[in-house]
Amino acid sequence: MEPFKLIRVQDGQSAINATLTAGSKFIAGGTNMLDLMKLNIETPKQVIDINKLSLYQIEELPNGGIKIGALVKNSDLAYHPAIAKKYPVLSEALLSGASPQLRNMASVGGNLMQRTRCPYFYNADFVCNKRVPGSGCGAIAGYNRNNAILGTSAQCIATHPSDMCVAMAALGAIIHVQGVKGVKTIPFSEFHLLPGQTPHLEHNLRQGELITHVEIPPIAYAARSHYLKVRDRASYEFALTSAAVILDIQNGRILKSHIALGGIGTKPWRADLAEKVLNGAIANQQTYRAAAEAALSQAKGYKDNSFKIELAKRTLVRALTTTGGIS
Amino acid sequence: MNPSIGKPIDRVDGRLKVTGAATYAAEFPIKDLVYGVSITSTITKGRVKNIDSRQALKVPGVIGIMTSENSMQLHFPAGSDPSNGKFAEKDLLPLQNDRVFYGGQHIAIIVAETFEQAEQAAALVKVTYDEQPATIGIEKNITTAYKPASGLGGGEAQIKRGDVETAMLSAAVKTEETYTTPVYHHNAMEPHATIAQWEGDKLTVYDATQSVMGVKGLLAATLGIPAEKVQVYALYIGGGFGSKGFTWANTLLAPMAAKQFNRPVKLVLSRQQVFSAAGRRTQTIQKITLGADQTGKLSAIKHATTSETSFVDEFVETAGLATSMLYSSPNLDVSHELVRLNRGTPCPARAPGEAPGTYALEVAMDELAHQLKMDPLQLRLINHADMEEQKKKQFSEKSLKECYERGAEAIGWKNRKAEPGTLKEGNYLVGYGMATATYPANRSASTAKATLFANGNAEILCGTQDIGTGTYTVMTQVAADGFSLSPDKVKVKLGNSSYPKGAQSGGSQVSASVGPPIRAAALGVISKLINLAISDTASPLHGYKEEDIAADNGRIHLVKNPDKGETYSQVMTRQGLDKLEAQAKTNVSTRQQGPPTPAPAGSPEAKAEEESKTNKAVQEDEKTDRKDFAFHSFGAQFVKVLVDPDLGMIRIDKIVGVMDIGTVMNLKTATNQIMGGMIFGIGMALMENTQYDPNNGRVVTRDLAQYLVPVHADIPEIEVQFINKPDTFISPIGARGIGEIGITGITAAIANAIYNATGKRVRDLPITPDKLIA
Repeated sequence: MEPFKLIRVQDGQSAINATLTAGSKFIAGGTNMLDLMKLNIETPKQVIDINKLSLYQIEELPNGGIKIGALVKNSDLAYHPAIAKKYPVLSEALLSGASPQLRNMASVGGNLMQRTRCPYFYNADFVCNKRVPGSGCGAIAGYNRNNAILGTSAQCIATHPSDMCVAMAALGAIIHVQGVKGVKTIPFSEFHLLPGQTPHLEHNLRQGELITHVEIPPIAYAARSHYLKVRDRASYEFALTSAAVILDIQNGRILKSHIALGGIGTKPWRADLAEKVLNGAIANQQTYRAAAEAALSQAKGYKDNSFKIELAKRTLVRALTTTGGIS
Repeated sequence: MNPSIGKPIDRVDGRLKVTGAATYAAEFPIKDLVYGVSITSTITKGRVKNIDSRQALKVPGVIGIMTSENSMQLHFPAGSDPSNGKFAEKDLLPLQNDRVFYGGQHIAIIVAETFEQAEQAAALVKVTYDEQPATIGIEKNITTAYKPASGLGGGEAQIKRGDVETAMLSAAVKTEETYTTPVYHHNAMEPHATIAQWEGDKLTVYDATQSVMGVKGLLAATLGIPAEKVQVYALYIGGGFGSKGFTWANTLLAPMAAKQFNRPVKLVLSRQQVFSAAGRRTQTIQKITLGADQTGKLSAIKHATTSETSFVDEFVETAGLATSMLYSSPNLDVSHELVRLNRGTPCPARAPGEAPGTYALEVAMDELAHQLKMDPLQLRLINHADMEEQKKKQFSEKSLKECYERGAEAIGWKNRKAEPGTLKEGNYLVGYGMATATYPANRSASTAKATLFANGNAEILCGTQDIGTGTYTVMTQVAADGFSLSPDKVKVKLGNSSYPKGAQSGGSQVSASVGPPIRAAALGVISKLINLAISDTASPLHGYKEEDIAADNGRIHLVKNPDKGETYSQVMTRQGLDKLEAQAKTNVSTRQQGPPTPAPAGSPEAKAEEESKTNKAVQEDEKTDRKDFAFHSFGAQFVKVLVDPDLGMIRIDKIVGVMDIGTVMNLKTATNQIMGGMIFGIGMALMENTQYDPNNGRVVTRDLAQYLVPVHADIPEIEVQFINKPDTFISPIGARGIGEIGITGITAAIANAIYNATGKRVRDLPITPDKLIA
């Protein structure tokens, strides 16, 4: 680890002002950031501790949505009664991630910002375009069982690791950001970036911008939702495949669906191709399987992870079946 | 007073450990200590061309860098007694030249006043290499396989009886399959760690090791100093599982750096470094052919194992050893081959050989049972080995049939359906599987010293160590019985190389090896005490014979009249003695052929050996005729598993292990050992595996986020039972070792249960969701 200056700020404006010092990084729960610093993958000159900021509220909005402070701990969000009741998919996704100790530390904003667990990114003995732009990708021709099959590029096939983000992608969350030029919002689908030619660029925040809140829009039928995660051990492991499913079903017909997939994408993967199949269709196995086929129609498998294509389909079918039943 | 052995007493070091008061190797507060950080190779094969440390040396607090250019010369201990320590990579003493044989090899040590400074500096060191093409992948290099001359510890690697090929021709039923297991890493909680301090020509080392005596011997030989100048401590060890059985480079690098920079040095490997430079369980490819008649009786067994080793030492994973004795068969061919790769050297890992070997053999037996349409348990009974057929010896004690019976009952074996995929619970397919567990019972020569104090407390010194298994606790019980004291009056001290030489913590041998001399030394002290009383006119026991007097709970008394006697303290106080000592050495070895090696003249062991000539317990123990017996532990593993067939997710519902390991010394620590082994087996079966990059051969999955071990949520109800029948031939205590057998058989039992649930036979570990949905 390289030496760094640690400063503690009391409010958002001070946090943003502090970023004018080159090489600054915010730190909240630190559950990912500290690991990366110890491995010299993140080498900030200045670390800005934002834990004193007043961003710990979970607020139910008049329109039925929910506004979540960026520093809310993953566990507090998961167990919040309104989340558990109105958006079980989000609660389930959070509780399927990491371990209780990590969830007690990890913040919502940090979860959005966490970086891939691709072993080639973590291991300085190997090349990685995300870690050292232009150095090459070790994973594409290497050991890539846990890597992505959707949204990949010739430069990078690193999986986005978050569970929470998969549920938020399905929910169409809105990210509230404060910056030097004031406040703005970013739709969830535009927050994370595909690797393309620039895998080291992972999100749409600019230097000096701070996530203050995440807003979950009102979705009246989101009580009928579910997150299913398939992994190599029963807890404390990232997804091989996962599916977040929200269905509005009336009289056996799907009126509206929100589908997102995890463990398979270079970013939290909103499966709009699946939604097109589902919306208006009868809730049955044929529909679910057709939706899963559509969701993965663009998938590209690599040496060790082609199994994810079929596993992701089955995961989605199971999640749909559990959520929607069979008419 | 009831014997202490067998009681489920709490760990005597439990409180120290849970309160953080137990001092592990890296935790000794040493004045003026500085910190070493290892820089390891980022190429797989070649030479170090240049190490540019200019930026690193500018970091405040940095003291220096040790490389092959400036490090001291080491001596390789040629032909030394392996009980004096085995260096894990005999052709790669650290920093002796610029050659690189694997990724993650130590190439420099940077030393600084603080760990943080050393870490920062290490990242600034720029290394350039002459890289050479490396030998990567066992499959790609299979044509280079060769037959090693011997196996682990000089044991056999190629074993034959009868004529397998001819017998196979006439076998009514035959199975032939290849089973593969990946590289596994031990991942002890405590990484390899060493502190070294020189005071003049005297060296003190605090090391995470399974053998303080081995480290002492090896340091003396490699550093070229007399053994009596080396003091090694390993008071508490955070797990070893074989990875700390051989000595690794860190144990040499710390004293080398301490000498070079004239400061005590601490060197702790990072988790990532442990994956390259501190051993592993080697990958195996095992081809098993079984031939049987229509009744299931085996006529031929062939078990051919190919595993990999490094270019700097030879390690054979003797996966076929158990096969040579586990079932009755007139014809047998067990062979082992090795392929050399540019990887670090493998080493023993909990049940080396037996763990992957029983996986392959016991799955093969399940396949044979299925082919015969026979209950797999029945197939085991039909082929039960009543004697050790390879060595043609009787087993010292064997209750395997009872293990099968009790295990089958506990798991509900009768609920098993013979036809795979036919039993369901909700969305899950249900399967039952079983396998036999086995591990040799080892014992080696050991020495101990017993002291009784005038206050009635007692102490044992023994140069073995407790690697987390419960040796402190169990030996406290052994000593308590020898002294006829309650365990709280006895203090057992281990992990110090200046104590009388005890066994290495490997091969499940500690209890069987150091238990007898500890018992004998304690009994020796009490015998001396009784004789003092007899010759003391002031004693109520004056003039009686030793055999008329018994010891009980800190008191000696007449056997026929327990009221007539006195306390240990009374005897000693009257005699003006503050302590009474005895030493004992037992020379029994289950592995060594021929007469025991006498201790070197003038050594502490020689004195103990001399004293043991009049120690009745030693004499009786050594008199036991062992040459006609084979010593093995056995067990039966049963598993109930639930499989979600669509998603390939496996949940183990229950596992049962019934173990035949001789006397159970302490039900708590014994259960803990077996349970730990079984959980290791769950990891081995379902998730653990180390992946190397297919292009450059370096470890990819080198931390605990990438290398999965089971978490609580993976662990089902575990039932451990013991036969608890003393093995009177291994020692007067009757206990065989217990550290390793728990992992044997369990992996196969899980694989067999998954087959029974799904009809899918996965012959490549670990069994992960992708393999079940394929």
